[in-house]
Amino acid sequence: MDLTRLEINRRTALLTSAAIAANVINPMRAFAQETPRKGGVFNVHYAAEQRQLNPSIQASTGVYIIGGKIQENLVDLDANGQPVGVLAESWEASPDGKTVTFKLRKGITWHDGKPFTSADVEFTAMNMWKKILNYGSTLQLFLTAVETPDAETAIFKYERPMPLNLLLRALPDLGYISAKHLYENGDIRQNPTNLSPVGTGPFKFVKYERGQYIIADRNENYWRPNAPYLDRIVWRVITDRSAAAAQMEAGELHYAPFSSLTISDLARLSKDKRFIVSTKGNEGNARTNTLEFNFRRKELSDIKVRRAIAHAINVPFFIDNFLGDFAKLGTGPIPSTSTDFYPGPNTPQYPYDKAKAAALLDEAGFKPGRGGTRFSLKLLPAPWGEDISLWSTFIQQSLGEIGIPVDIVRNDGGGFLKQVYDEHAFDLATGWHQYRNDPAVSTTVWYRSGQPKGAPWTNQWGWEDKNVDKTIDDAATEVDPVKRKALYAQFVKEVNTELPVWMPIEQIFVTTITAKARNHSNTPRWGSTSWHDLWLST
Amino acid sequence: MRILGLAGRRLAASIPTLILILIGVFLLLQFAPGDTVDAMMAQMGGGDAATARELRKFYGLDLSIPTQLGNYLWRLVRLDLGFSSIYGKPVASVILERLPPTILLMTASLSFAFFFGLVFGVIAARGVNRWPDTLISTLGLIFYATPSFWFGLMAIVVFSVYLQWLPPGGFEDIGTVRTGIWRVFDIASHLVLPTLTLGLIFLAIYLRIMRASMLEVLNLDYVRTARAKGLDETRVVTRHVLRNALLPMVTLIGLQAGTMLGGSVVVESVFSLPGLGRLAYESVVQRDLNTLLGIVFVSALLVISVNFVVDLIYARLDPRITAG
Repeated sequence: MDLTRLEINRRTALLTSAAIAANVINPMRAFAQETPRKGGVFNVHYAAEQRQLNPSIQASTGVYIIGGKIQENLVDLDANGQPVGVLAESWEASPDGKTVTFKLRKGITWHDGKPFTSADVEFTAMNMWKKILNYGSTLQLFLTAVETPDAETAIFKYERPMPLNLLLRALPDLGYISAKHLYENGDIRQNPTNLSPVGTGPFKFVKYERGQYIIADRNENYWRPNAPYLDRIVWRVITDRSAAAAQMEAGELHYAPFSSLTISDLARLSKDKRFIVSTKGNEGNARTNTLEFNFRRKELSDIKVRRAIAHAINVPFFIDNFLGDFAKLGTGPIPSTSTDFYPGPNTPQYPYDKAKAAALLDEAGFKPGRGGTRFSLKLLPAPWGEDISLWSTFIQQSLGEIGIPVDIVRNDGGGFLKQVYDEHAFDLATGWHQYRNDPAVSTTVWYRSGQPKGAPWTNQWGWEDKNVDKTIDDAATEVDPVKRKALYAQFVKEVNTELPVWMPIEQIFVTTITAKARNHSNTPRWGSTSWHDLWLST
Repeated sequence: MRILGLAGRRLAASIPTLILILIGVFLLLQFAPGDTVDAMMAQMGGGDAATARELRKFYGLDLSIPTQLGNYLWRLVRLDLGFSSIYGKPVASVILERLPPTILLMTASLSFAFFFGLVFGVIAARGVNRWPDTLISTLGLIFYATPSFWFGLMAIVVFSVYLQWLPPGGFEDIGTVRTGIWRVFDIASHLVLPTLTLGLIFLAIYLRIMRASMLEVLNLDYVRTARAKGLDETRVVTRHVLRNALLPMVTLIGLQAGTMLGGSVVVESVFSLPGLGRLAYESVVQRDLNTLLGIVFVSALLVISVNFVVDLIYARLDPRITAG
């Protein structure tokens, strides 16, 4: 990667976004760079089609990449990762944390011309976030009502204290608003609007040809002045990753988001002047690679065995040789990109030490038997990315060296979730843990006991720890940000000690984008945001 | 009239096969771990157990497997292919949307393979064991042994990335709206590379078959008679040999029409064409049983009708074989 070029781009990007936000013309700007150009078509790689496009009822990057340009959220994250109002202008929490009041922006209309009001917020929160939206239903579990004293005010009432910083960090992903007048009748999941979304965003839905493309055009009545710049966005459905890389090179695509190209193509394109390959703009979409232990296996319920397995795997070697620049050594469930909660690296860690691993296994009573075998394990890798596949092979070879032969069983997505999180038919499993800016959104469910059987990406290990449960529960309702951070540091320490799941690798999605794009990658979840300030230079 | 009667009998005979195939696929998919709700959760990146229960009820997955199968077959009797869980609309319309690209691609590449297979087969047979034969046979072997995704990607790299002659993928240009003859040209230009990629592999098979069958027929008595009559070699080949040598080729085209439908998953993915192969693959991954069974049903119908046409062509090529 060309670091100097990246640096310049980041600086100019920050400059322009700041200038636009302040709505003033900075005399230095003309000197520093070109003037923003109106017009142009932006072509986006769309790797996996979803069943619907409404981000109010499905929290996943595959939906945000499209729906996030058409519909908008109450708040988003700014360049520094701090909450910034979108549909909400300001907010305020009561001291007991049970009431959060949002003041909404005035004069915004839906793409069909109807006005946007607090009734839309109330309807979306109560019927979509609380009932249908994945992670939303957990976040809003104690939401009892949304009061709407006037069209610009929405008051969220909670049964238990809701930490404001949790809500504000979750709402960029879990806070998209849908139009009440289009959804109030009939089953929300089956509403045809889900496939032809209507929002308040800078781009209006035009057409969806399944298996081919989706088109959205500029919203002439968008509420931000002089936005958007682009005339049109086209998402092209290309399921073959190598073909997508070739289309980037042929100039048919401008942007391949969320690591949608192969690792080797990313490395190749990063040397090409026409493209920028970078993790910038994806800090809000951090993930860790996991190693999940099934405690129903007698051997794995022994903490010495789990620690021995961790000590037996040379993670830095794996990262250097297989993942390259796009990954780094992880230190637990809260990644280092999370400035608000990262507890630092001084929690229990398991550096590579083969002799120690063997000693721990001997100590646990699993001495090598005939042919040096101690016991054998079944490993289920998730099919989400090639890094998982490489990582599972690396685990297999590393554990083979300390006398634990590993059998890898591959499944497709549905099969993997069923076997691991419902049937518990695994010894070891490996996949991704997605960190969503606050540990309470989708991280602590990996450790909190009492998760219903079949709920994917939750504690299905057959492991329970009362102390950890208590830390998680306390942190979820702690209103003081400083105390909350301390509680999560304690949580990381506890789970790194017990090691029901090991999270030794941190990754951020990799963006491949044309060097002609301006104002891109300027927020931590840029791929999901509305792109109101994105423009293409000639 | 005779043809209609034959068609009717053929169709009746294929119904039991069709039902067996459908039941087989249905049961096979039951063995795959996970259902469409699990696949949906995988795609969403999360979901709670209550939602999953509700969705299973919605898709009718809470019923027992025999009941589900019974319901499906009963719907099929009423010519209702059911509702697709990934597309949220009737399976019949989902398939209908995907059928044109598949049929275009299939017809184009089969014709390409058939025509050039025939020409090269004849050339190879006439120059047997000399350089044209060696060259053609070697090339054929290379085409046959190369995986189609590699061919496809290399074709994109050469013709779209470097030379920029042809579009790298898609079914038609999205940027500009074209109508009439220009739209035809546009779609045709998008189909050149996929057709070549898919066709080259089949070309290899056709040319081997054609070569062998030409060599066989060339040694028959009536060819010697024709030569003895004083006919020149070109006339012997075109008027006497070719017609009989074509029979195995026609058999093969009937057999391969089916393979082409399935074999195009790779080519459709590489060139991002919205065809049936990709739809089938997606419905397996997403455990969308209705769509998958719908595709199997439609493909089976296609194969049956292609074979019927092949039978008619047999009768035309060789009057000794009656279409009875």
